Amino acid sequence: MTENLVTVAYIAAIVLFILSLGGLSNQETAKRGNFYGMAGMALAIGATAFGAGVTNYGALVAVIIPGVVIGAFLAARVEMTEMPELVAVLHSFVGLAAVLVGIGNYLQPESGLIGAEETIHMLEIYVGVFIGAVTFTGSVIAFCKLRALISSKPLTLPGRHFLNIGLLVGTVALGFVFMGAEGTAGLPALLGMCALAGLLGMHLVAAIGGADMPVVISMLNSYSGWAAAAAGFMLSNDLLIVTGALVGSSGAILSIIMCEAMNRSFISVILGGFGQGAASGASGSAAPGGEATSTTVEETVELLNTASSVIITPGYGMAVAQAQHAVADITKILRDRGVNVRFGIHPVAGRLPGHMNVLLAEANVPYDVVLEMDEINDDFSETDVVLVIGANDTVNPSALNDPTSPIAGMPVLEVWNAANVVVMKRSLSVGYAGVDNPLFYMDNAQMLFGDAKANVAAILAEMQKTAQTPAMAVAR
Amino acid sequence: MTLAIDKDPSLASEDQPKQSKKIGIPKEVAPGERRVAATPATVKKLQKLGFDVLVENEAGVDADFSNEVYQAAGCEIVNTATELWARADVVLKVQPPQDHPNGQHEADMLGVDKSLISFIWPAQNPDLVDRLSNRHATVLAMDAIPRISRAQKMDALSSMANIAGYRAVIEAANQFGRFFTGQITAAGKVPPAKVLVIGAGVAGLAAIGAAKSLGAVVRAFDTRPVVKEQVESLGGEFLELTFEEDGTGTGGYAKTMSPEFIAAEMELFAEQAKEVDIIITTALIPGKRAPLLITKETAELMKPGSVIVDMAAEQGGNCAVTRPGEVYSHRGVTIVGITDFPSRMASQASQLYGTNLYHLLSDMGGSEDFKVDFEDEAVRGALITHAGEVTWPAPKKDPPPAPPAPAAKPAAPETPLVAVETKASSPGIVRLIGFIALACGIVAIGLSAPPSFLSHFTVFILACFVGWQVIWNVSPSLHTPLMSVTNAISGIIIIGGLLQLQGNSGGNWSATMALGVIAILVGTINIAGGFLVTQRMLKMFRK
Repeated sequence: MTENLVTVAYIAAIVLFILSLGGLSNQETAKRGNFYGMAGMALAIGATAFGAGVTNYGALVAVIIPGVVIGAFLAARVEMTEMPELVAVLHSFVGLAAVLVGIGNYLQPESGLIGAEETIHMLEIYVGVFIGAVTFTGSVIAFCKLRALISSKPLTLPGRHFLNIGLLVGTVALGFVFMGAEGTAGLPALLGMCALAGLLGMHLVAAIGGADMPVVISMLNSYSGWAAAAAGFMLSNDLLIVTGALVGSSGAILSIIMCEAMNRSFISVILGGFGQGAASGASGSAAPGGEATSTTVEETVELLNTASSVIITPGYGMAVAQAQHAVADITKILRDRGVNVRFGIHPVAGRLPGHMNVLLAEANVPYDVVLEMDEINDDFSETDVVLVIGANDTVNPSALNDPTSPIAGMPVLEVWNAANVVVMKRSLSVGYAGVDNPLFYMDNAQMLFGDAKANVAAILAEMQKTAQTPAMAVAR
Repeated sequence: MTLAIDKDPSLASEDQPKQSKKIGIPKEVAPGERRVAATPATVKKLQKLGFDVLVENEAGVDADFSNEVYQAAGCEIVNTATELWARADVVLKVQPPQDHPNGQHEADMLGVDKSLISFIWPAQNPDLVDRLSNRHATVLAMDAIPRISRAQKMDALSSMANIAGYRAVIEAANQFGRFFTGQITAAGKVPPAKVLVIGAGVAGLAAIGAAKSLGAVVRAFDTRPVVKEQVESLGGEFLELTFEEDGTGTGGYAKTMSPEFIAAEMELFAEQAKEVDIIITTALIPGKRAPLLITKETAELMKPGSVIVDMAAEQGGNCAVTRPGEVYSHRGVTIVGITDFPSRMASQASQLYGTNLYHLLSDMGGSEDFKVDFEDEAVRGALITHAGEVTWPAPKKDPPPAPPAPAAKPAAPETPLVAVETKASSPGIVRLIGFIALACGIVAIGLSAPPSFLSHFTVFILACFVGWQVIWNVSPSLHTPLMSVTNAISGIIIIGGLLQLQGNSGGNWSATMALGVIAILVGTINIAGGFLVTQRMLKMFRK
C-alpha cells in the first residue's frame, strides 16, 4: 500500500471517528455511531498494518488476537455497576501504551532529525511519556478506589500541594538532563521522570474523594486523549493527533459538566481533599432542627398506591445496593397502572458520568422516562411522591438556601417541592460533602431506613400483592 | 408487628399485654352538624397507634359512613351516647360539648380524668372551660393548635378552611346565573366570570384555586404582600395598593391596618365591585370582630346577579349587609352568609379532621404511651384543661430565633468555597492573564517551531475544536457510553506500537519492538473492550 493510500485511509478513519462521537448525541443514532467507530478503527489499523514499514506480521497477530479476546471477555463479563472500574482500567491501558510507545520511540535509533526538529521531537517524547505515566498510575489508583481496594476517602498528606509542586519541579529538571543527552543516553532521565510522573498521578488521584470520582474519571479520560495526541506529535501521525484531540476534548467537556454540577472549580476538585475541608466548615453552621419522621414499607406502598405521579431520584447508594432491577420492576407495575413514573438524574449521581442512566437501562427502564435534572426540576411541585434512593447531597436544599453551606450554589434536585418525599437511606448520617441534610427534617419528608435493596424488594413484594388484587387495595 | 396490625386489628389487640385505650366517637348533636370525628380510614390509622375505637350508633351517617363500614374497619358500635361517653378513655368530637338531646350536657357525660379532643373555642366559651376543668378532664382544643410548621399536620383550622374556601366557590357558582369559564359557542360569546377573593389565607387560596379551575378570572387582595407569590402560583392576579404598609401579623393572620390604609383599601374594593361578578371575603383577625371590608354602598355598586360570599359571617361578617346563616338577595346581589361550609362537605371534612386528630394522638404517644407532654409546643398550645386546672392560654414561648444573618456566622477561612469565591471575584484579570499567556505561547511557537510541527499543530487545534463542538451535543444520558467509546478510540495509540514493529522480520527482537508489542496488546484490549462494552450498553437503552 502506498503512502498516499494510507493517508487517505487515515482521513476516512478520522471522519468515521467524528461521526461516531456525533452519533452519540441521542439514543437512536448511538448504535450506528459505535459501528462507525469500529469501522474507523479497523480501517486505521488495517491501513497501518499493510502500509509501508510493518513487516513482522507474526508478532502482530500473536498479540492482537489475545488482546481482542481479553477485551471481549472483559466487555461481556463486566457488571454495569462495575463500569467505572472498567473505564478506569481501560484508561490505565491507554496511559501504559503511551509510555511504552514513547520509550520505544526514543530507543529507535534512526530518527533522522536535526536541530530544532530534533529538539521538538525529544520534547514531544518527554511530554507524551509524562502524560501517559500520570494517566496510568492515576487510573490504577482510581480503579483501586472504585473497587474499594483502598479507602475512597481523600488522602491528605501534610504539605501535599508542595509535594505536587516538588514532583513537577523534579520532572522539569530531569527534562533538562534528558534534552541534553546524546543518542539514547537520556534513557535514565526518561525512566526517572516516569517514576516521578507515576507518583504524581497516584498522589493526585489519592487526594480526591469517592464522590468526586466522576470528575476524576472524566479527567483521566481527557488525559488519555492528550497522551494519544502527544504520541501523534512524536510519530508525526495526524490520525493519532486528531483522535487524541477528540478524546481529550471529550474528557475535558465531561469534567466541566461534572464540575458545574457540583458548583466547584476544576482546580478545587483536582487539588482534592474536599470531604475533609468541608466537614470543618460545616460544623460551624447550625444543625437543622426538628425530628425526622420515619416510615415503613407498608406506608410507602400505600403512598405509591394512591399517587398519580412519582419521581424516583437514584444515587450511588442504589448502585451499591444493586437495587436497580427491583426499582425497575416497581416502575413497571406503577406504569401499568397508569401512574406517571419518571426518574430524575443528577449529573454527578454515581461514580461515572451517565452511570445511573446505564444502570437503569440495564434494568429495562425505558430511557424516555429517565430525565436530567434540568428537565425535571420544575415538575417536582406537581408530583405526589418522590422516592430518593441512596442519594443525599444531590437532594440537599441547603445548597440553594444556605449560603454558608459548603455545597451552596450547587444545582440540586428540588425534591422537597413534591407532596411527599420518601428517603431510603441507612441512617441520618451526612453524605459525601459532610453536610447535614435539612430535607430529612421537612414535614413532607419521611425516612425509610435500612438497606436500599431490602427495602425496595419489600416494596416490590407488597405492591405485587396488591397488584394481583386491585379491589382489595381500594378497600384498604 | 406493624404488619400484624395492618392485617387484622382485632388480633393485634389480643397481642398487646396492656389494656388498649378506648377512643369514643359520639354522634354530633349540634343542629346542622354533619361531620364526624373519625372515618373508617382514620379509624384504621388510630388502630395502628394501638387504640380500640368505639363509635356511637349512626355517628357517621350524615357524612355517608354507615355503621357497617365502621364495623368492617374493626370498630365497636355503641348504642347510646351515655354508654359511649362512659366507656371511652379519649373522646374525639368536632363541635364543642353542648346540651345533648337526652337532657344531659356533654361535658358532664365525660368521665372524670378522661380526655376530650374537639373544637372548644375557649375564648368564646369560658363557662364551658370551667365546666370541663371541674370534671378533672384533659381537654385539647383543635382550634388552639399553634400554627407552627411542625404542627401543620394537626392544624384542623387550616384543613377546615381549605374545605370552606372550596365550598364557598361552589356555593357562589350555585347562586351565580352564568358560566365561570369563558366560551365561544354557536349561540354567541360568553365572557368568563370575574372573581375577587379578599384575604389570601388558607381559605382564600383554596377559593382562588377552585375558582381558577372552574375557569374564572381570579383576582385576590391581601394586606400581607408575602402571599403575592402564593396567589400567583395558583393562577390568581394579586391586586396591590400603592401604599407602604405590611399587614403581616402572627400565626398566619393579618393584623389590623391603619385608617389611611383601610380607606385606600375600601376605595380599591369599590372600584373592583363595579367590575367583578363574585366577591368572596375571608378576612379574619383572631379574637376580634371580622373587619368590615364591603360596605353597603360597595355591595350596591355590583351588577345585578352578582354574588357576595362572606366567609366571615360567623365572626360578624366582612360585608355590611351579610345575614349570618342566610342566603338572600340585596338589591339584586345575592349575599351568601352560610357559616357551615365544612359541614356541607361532611365526608371530606371528616376525613381531614380525623387525620388531624390522628396526627395529634400520634404526637401524644399513641395508646401505650399516651401522655400530656407540657414541653411539646403543639400539645401545650392546644391544652385547655388538665387535672382540674385551666391551662389555657398557654404561656407565650419566645418566638423561635430568627435565622441568624449569614454574616454572623464565623466563615471558615479554609473552605474550598471561599477559594472559589475569590477566584470568581476577578474573572476579568484571570481571563486577561490567560489570554496574554496564550498569545505569548503562540508567538513562541511561531518563532521557534519548524514547519513540520506547525502543520501538525494546525491539525491538533482544529481537531480540538471539532471535538468540542461534537461532544457538547452528546446527550447526558449517554455519557457512560461516550466514555467507553472514547476509551476505545484512544486505543488508536497502538498505531504507534505498530510502526515500531517495522524492520526486523527475521525475529531479531529489539527493545523497541518488545515495547511496541506490549503497547499493541494493551491497546487492543482497550479497543475491543471499549467498543464491545459500548455496544452492550447501547443495546440496553430502549424506549
